[in-house]
Amino acid sequence: MDRLDQLESQSIYIFREAFNRIENIAMLWSLGKDSNVMIWLARKAFLGHVPFPVMHVDTERKFPEMYEFRDRYADEWGLNFIRELCPPLESTDDTLPPAARSAARKTEGLKLAIKKHGFNALFAGIRRDEEATRAKERVFSPRGLAGQWDFKDQPPEFWDQYKTDFPPGTHIRVHPLLHWTEIDIWLYTQREQIPTIPLYFSKDGLRYRSLGDKDITNPVKSLASNIPEIIEELRTTKVSERSGRAMDHESEDAFERLRADGYL
Amino acid sequence: MTDATLLATADTPDAIANLRDLMRIVIVGHVDHGKSTLVGRLFHDTGSLPDGRYEAIKAQSDKRGVTFEWAFLMDALQAERDQGITIDTSQIWFKTEERDYTIIDAPGHKEFLKNMITGAAQSDAALLIIDAHEGVQEQSKRHGYLLHLMGIRQIAVAVNKMDLAGYDQKKFDAIETEYRAYLKSIGVTPTFIIPVSAREGDNIVTPSKAMSWYKGPTVVKALDSFVSGTPTTESPLRLPVQDVYKFDQRRIIAGRIDSGRIAVGDQIIFSPSNKSARVKTIEYWSTIPGAKQPTESEAGYSVGITLDEQIFVERGEIASHIDTAPVETDVFRARIFWLGHEPMTVGKAYKLKLGTLEAQVTVQSIERIIDTSDLSSTGIQQVERNQVAEIVLRARRMLALDSFVDYPATGRFVLVEKFDIAGGGIISMEGYADQRDAITARGTNITRAAHTITNEARAFRNGHKGGVLWFTGLSGAGKSTLAMALEKRLFDKGFNVYVLDGDNVRHGLNANLSFSPEDRAENIRRVGEVAALFERAGTLAITAFISPYRSDRDRAREAAGDGFHEIYVKADVATCESRDPKGLYAKARSGEIKDFTGISAPYEAPESPHLVIDTATTSLDDCLDELVRYVEAKFKV
Ligand SMILES: Nc1nc2c(ncn2[C@@H]2O[C@H](COP(=O)(O)OP(=O)(O)OP(=O)(O)O)[C@@H](O)[C@H]2O)c(=O)[nH]1
Ligand SMILES: [Mg+2]
Repeated sequence: MDRLDQLESQSIYIFREAFNRIENIAMLWSLGKDSNVMIWLARKAFLGHVPFPVMHVDTERKFPEMYEFRDRYADEWGLNFIRELCPPLESTDDTLPPAARSAARKTEGLKLAIKKHGFNALFAGIRRDEEATRAKERVFSPRGLAGQWDFKDQPPEFWDQYKTDFPPGTHIRVHPLLHWTEIDIWLYTQREQIPTIPLYFSKDGLRYRSLGDKDITNPVKSLASNIPEIIEELRTTKVSERSGRAMDHESEDAFERLRADGYL
Repeated sequence: MTDATLLATADTPDAIANLRDLMRIVIVGHVDHGKSTLVGRLFHDTGSLPDGRYEAIKAQSDKRGVTFEWAFLMDALQAERDQGITIDTSQIWFKTEERDYTIIDAPGHKEFLKNMITGAAQSDAALLIIDAHEGVQEQSKRHGYLLHLMGIRQIAVAVNKMDLAGYDQKKFDAIETEYRAYLKSIGVTPTFIIPVSAREGDNIVTPSKAMSWYKGPTVVKALDSFVSGTPTTESPLRLPVQDVYKFDQRRIIAGRIDSGRIAVGDQIIFSPSNKSARVKTIEYWSTIPGAKQPTESEAGYSVGITLDEQIFVERGEIASHIDTAPVETDVFRARIFWLGHEPMTVGKAYKLKLGTLEAQVTVQSIERIIDTSDLSSTGIQQVERNQVAEIVLRARRMLALDSFVDYPATGRFVLVEKFDIAGGGIISMEGYADQRDAITARGTNITRAAHTITNEARAFRNGHKGGVLWFTGLSGAGKSTLAMALEKRLFDKGFNVYVLDGDNVRHGLNANLSFSPEDRAENIRRVGEVAALFERAGTLAITAFISPYRSDRDRAREAAGDGFHEIYVKADVATCESRDPKGLYAKARSGEIKDFTGISAPYEAPESPHLVIDTATTSLDDCLDELVRYVEAKFKV
């Protein structure tokens, strides 16, 4: 059993636990490399099926390549696909810095969608190695009614025993990819032949390492034009994955505030 | 439509062919001893910090008016930075020539022990930090103890802040001696004990100039010297059922293999339902070019299997091979750590989660509370938050499980109180029997033949109903004496009565049984069945067996039905020991007899006996009078 097999098996276990213990669960699909791997792992867990809705909370500011990808594969993979729109920017907290405000829009959209469909839980493809507050996440992460994260008092989680008993009104985020790293995602994408949006590959010396909204996501300098080259690059790079995501860098606590409020 | 996607090239690149090993290391120890600082420094000195991070930490430190705080790499929350304390566990990745690492930084403050356990339980090995200046503290020991309890066997120790101790070898030696002795007392040998200064970078990655007296490895070298975990593929099969899927025409049993191997064609048994079938297929879904349906799988893999027969199995059962099946029991002993806000007390009920199984359990007894600082124990009947204790748990139904030493994954559990995980523990079946044989009916195609004589007709002829007077109590409590005297009195009054006594049945019916926990259970099972036959024949059977386990007596009760009367022949250990008619207590005390009830094995007193006969305070004649009155009231027609 190699490292990818181990990661995969753990993710499958998480998927199966959540599907068994929680009713009314859906998966968030951000169209990026991580959530595509997440869909793959769900199909592994359920032997070819994705037995819950797959939802894209759309800011309508993604790259055209991302929309093309979505429309093609929602169909080709036979997903029970749901698209929900985010509310206008004006409905968000105006004390936030601009990029964070844009991210807060997505949080709002997420809350509305959860309410509309009555989802008790969502699968989200975040990883611990992406960002320091995500590094403190639980696999089953309970949220308040308004989506808030009580990061100062998280439940204990050990021996693959997740928190599966909740008072009514709790919402749960389930994180099947929490233990993966960026390199693992690419190694697995390569091994499993998972389709990928070409924005991740170098064009004119630039590529995207992380895909978000057009206006607040920047490419990094890179010559990596295929997956093996990306893996090589990641082995030596000292640039962090989310360096191109403006909202992380506006102030020391910008991301913590976003996440406490329900951002992914 | 333009082709929006790129597919990977089909040939396997080196990166996949040569996947690197990953090891997870937890950093533990008392609050403020420098765990997070060490991680920060380790990252910096191995060149693993991302661009701009050093400058960011500098700015975060300046903003708070502190000197450069390496701990801010891990302590990401504002509250953590403002208060200079780790609240929740965090993870970060780095690599050496040897392998890749996940470093898990755990909090040291007692208040956050649940978060420390969350981090530590995920690790393969541990680095425990002790402040040279403050020396060994409460959590230094508790963390060491808990690591061992959770089964983490590789531990290195770093004695930190040697800069504050003047890099003095004597100070280091004193701490090393003290802590090594403690670890030894709990059965742990540390791989290395390393003097370091996390803040100054001594012996983290580069050997310390200030401590040239130290000849051992640096922290990084010590990590590299840990050995990767051995897979559990060679142990017997354990496959807990996680779910059963019916998405299409296949009925797939899903679960992760905790140990052993499984292959198509294997005959497997599901415990505790004890249903058995053959593995028909191992299902899979893959897009890897050339992938084939597997015919076998092994520990670590999450699988889906189909069976050759449509048997009903459900989540929580454990699949195994037949001759290496898990233990079946409704009672077990456990060593636990308690995280609940409310103390654990005897009689409280919790939800047990063991693998994929969930069941209601009650705390039958709290044997001892273990003080992790000196391993002394007290008999206090209450487990407070953050304490470690040995307890006995009882379930209302049969459970399938294992002893932790044999099968870690199916030998550990958590307890849920209301909505929260409030504790975790490991199982020991010491002194308790595997009840599998007692509940397994081997024969099939058995139907009961009907008698033409009714129970009423028998009772009318005899003048009394048949029944079982089940005496239970410690050795020396007076069961046999009372039983024989009662038999005589009842016989004289015209009762059909017969005593089944321990030593007597062991000469014949049970001559092939030893005194192992399983054979003791079988001994009682047979006596229970024979007593039930006496009852049905219209006779009064009096049994005189210690029968210390509730589960065994419950089965006898089930066999006999309404005519079963549990009679608790009560006398405390001290009284029985002072009588010691067969000299057994003396032998048990000297260790000559092992697993002696009341001394070195448990006695589970009845919860609601029909009658209590207190032989410590009542004379033999008075006891007999009471028994005769009871029998006449209950059995005469
Ligand atoms: N002089 C000196 N100070 C140190 C050293 N290592 C850590 N410190 C200081 O000790 C304090 C506590 O360090 P942390 O790394 O936060 O301790 P910790 O063990 O992670 O604490 P918790 O996670 O809250 O339990 C900080 O102020 C550090 O700067 C050292 O080697 N020498
Ligand atoms: Mg810390």
